[in-house]
Amino acid sequence: MTLATEQTHVLAPEGPRFGLLRSIILGQPSTIMATIIIAVFLAIAVLAPAIAPYDPLAQSYLAINAYPSAEHWLGTDQFGRDVLSRLIFGSRNSLIFGLISPTLAAIFGTALGVAAGYFGGIIDRLVTRIIDLLLAFPELLLAIMIAAVLGGGFWNVVAVITIAFVPGFARVARASTLAVKQEPYVEAAIAAGVTTPMIIARHVLPNISAPIVVLMTLWVASAIRLEASLSFLGIGTQPPNPSWGNIIRDGLGNIFGSPWPIIGAGFAITMVVLAFNLIGDAARDVLDPETAQ
Amino acid sequence: MLPVIGARLLDAVPTVLLVLTLVFIALRLLPGDPALVALGDYATAEQLALFREQMGLNAPLWQQYFTFIWDMLTLDFGQSLIDRTPVLRLLADNLPYTIELTLVATGMGLLVGIPLGVVAAVNRNKLPDAGVRVFSLVGYAIPDFYLGALLLIVFALTLGWFPINGGGTGFVDRMYHVFLPAVTLAMVKTAFLGRLTRTSLLEVLGKDYIRTARAKGARENRVIYRHGLRNALLPITTGLGLSLLATLSGSVAIELVFNRPGIGEVLISAIAKRDYPVIQAGVVVFAFFVVLINLLVDLAYIVVDPRIRVK
Repeated sequence: MTLATEQTHVLAPEGPRFGLLRSIILGQPSTIMATIIIAVFLAIAVLAPAIAPYDPLAQSYLAINAYPSAEHWLGTDQFGRDVLSRLIFGSRNSLIFGLISPTLAAIFGTALGVAAGYFGGIIDRLVTRIIDLLLAFPELLLAIMIAAVLGGGFWNVVAVITIAFVPGFARVARASTLAVKQEPYVEAAIAAGVTTPMIIARHVLPNISAPIVVLMTLWVASAIRLEASLSFLGIGTQPPNPSWGNIIRDGLGNIFGSPWPIIGAGFAITMVVLAFNLIGDAARDVLDPETAQ
Repeated sequence: MLPVIGARLLDAVPTVLLVLTLVFIALRLLPGDPALVALGDYATAEQLALFREQMGLNAPLWQQYFTFIWDMLTLDFGQSLIDRTPVLRLLADNLPYTIELTLVATGMGLLVGIPLGVVAAVNRNKLPDAGVRVFSLVGYAIPDFYLGALLLIVFALTLGWFPINGGGTGFVDRMYHVFLPAVTLAMVKTAFLGRLTRTSLLEVLGKDYIRTARAKGARENRVIYRHGLRNALLPITTGLGLSLLATLSGSVAIELVFNRPGIGEVLISAIAKRDYPVIQAGVVVFAFFVVLINLLVDLAYIVVDPRIRVK
């Protein structure tokens, strides 16, 4: 009997989920704009090979540091590479990191936080202590420190950003788990002899998902910024592979040649981060009104 | 008050030890041979052996651990692998520039951010409030190194008002060199502090004692600054700590943009050259500053919030 009522409680969010998504996206004019910007950049990233006018790695010594023209809309860099094509391919990097890292961090962080919150005891104390310590570090600094040890490259950057985000998810998951654990339906499930993994899967996880999802959307923007920062510092995406961060790095080395790579790449980062920030804020207002300012 | 401060200081000791332990784990226990990681795939067997010998990597792990903790606590950071400079010397030469940048930027951010937040809160939902909102949205989104590069292009390269690189010598020259980098970091801080001030002041302004103050006939300025802002300071103190930390991490990229000396620049170039002792020391120094700033924020609470002193 208890289980039957519980099921309706757990399954309830399935229905209005699209309604929620709609109120996040269409809530305000600013979020509509943000959604359009994100859609455009996603399309650019997916269609990169089809829409980029040139090969992003192709060098041409006949057209070095060209200013914007009909042939090269954003000019060329010090190797004669087409800046626009590099920006278009660079969008793939930013968006892939922006989506993969928060997702992975959410999975690991939630696992850690739920384990600490649900089981308590020594696991909890150890996890809490380390989380508190890591949370004292700004994400960028933590990422730089880990990258200092691991080095650059695609998977290392994924790992670095993921590790930098795990503590935040773990803290939220732990706090929410502690609250859910006190609920009568969890006690009822324990009394009914439901196994622990089943309780976590069916009762704890669905009920702590809202703040986790909010955090994920908020951190897409942070992940994109982090990847850009790391690549700018030379410990993220490695050249000649284009990334908005390392395009600015290259541009700075060639600052007397042409400012256009810096201006273009920085503008792209700002727009995408702004758009994801707006969506993240809207998601927080809708899904987690208590923490909304 | 003193016992509270003493307790906070003591509390930082295990934190420092834990930080050092995590750094050690990260540096030594990660998959892969530290010697190979440090010297690269093309190092010869002799180079690798020499490196292991120099870094004490042949000793048992527990012994390495205690040596590491002891070395770090006694500031024995070893020598750079590249040019044999003592790492401590390298840090001592560069640290003042990073501290200078962080402090000047945070000061600028406070000076502009808090008044901006007050203006926004007092004119809630009017034009100034909307202005501050747009400013902080952009401030949150724009990467600091991009902003820095734009300022560099416009004010140093095109207009020639500011130097393109270096840290400067003598107080005036150093302030001149630090100005643009500090403005860059401060603009991001201003967005954050302005928004935070607005939120916490609005919350306080809704309290009963504010109404009482107004009912007594206190002037509006007195209500806002004396009764309002004074009580809104607590969250702002936390925000200031966060902002100091963010400025410190932001300084790494900004030092690169403006070609300034500093700890971030030392760490980043050490990573590029795989200068293992310098990387190790740089990571430890940054970790130390994070612990220190958090400690200072805790101590600032005691000053700002009299209630904590009693506990």
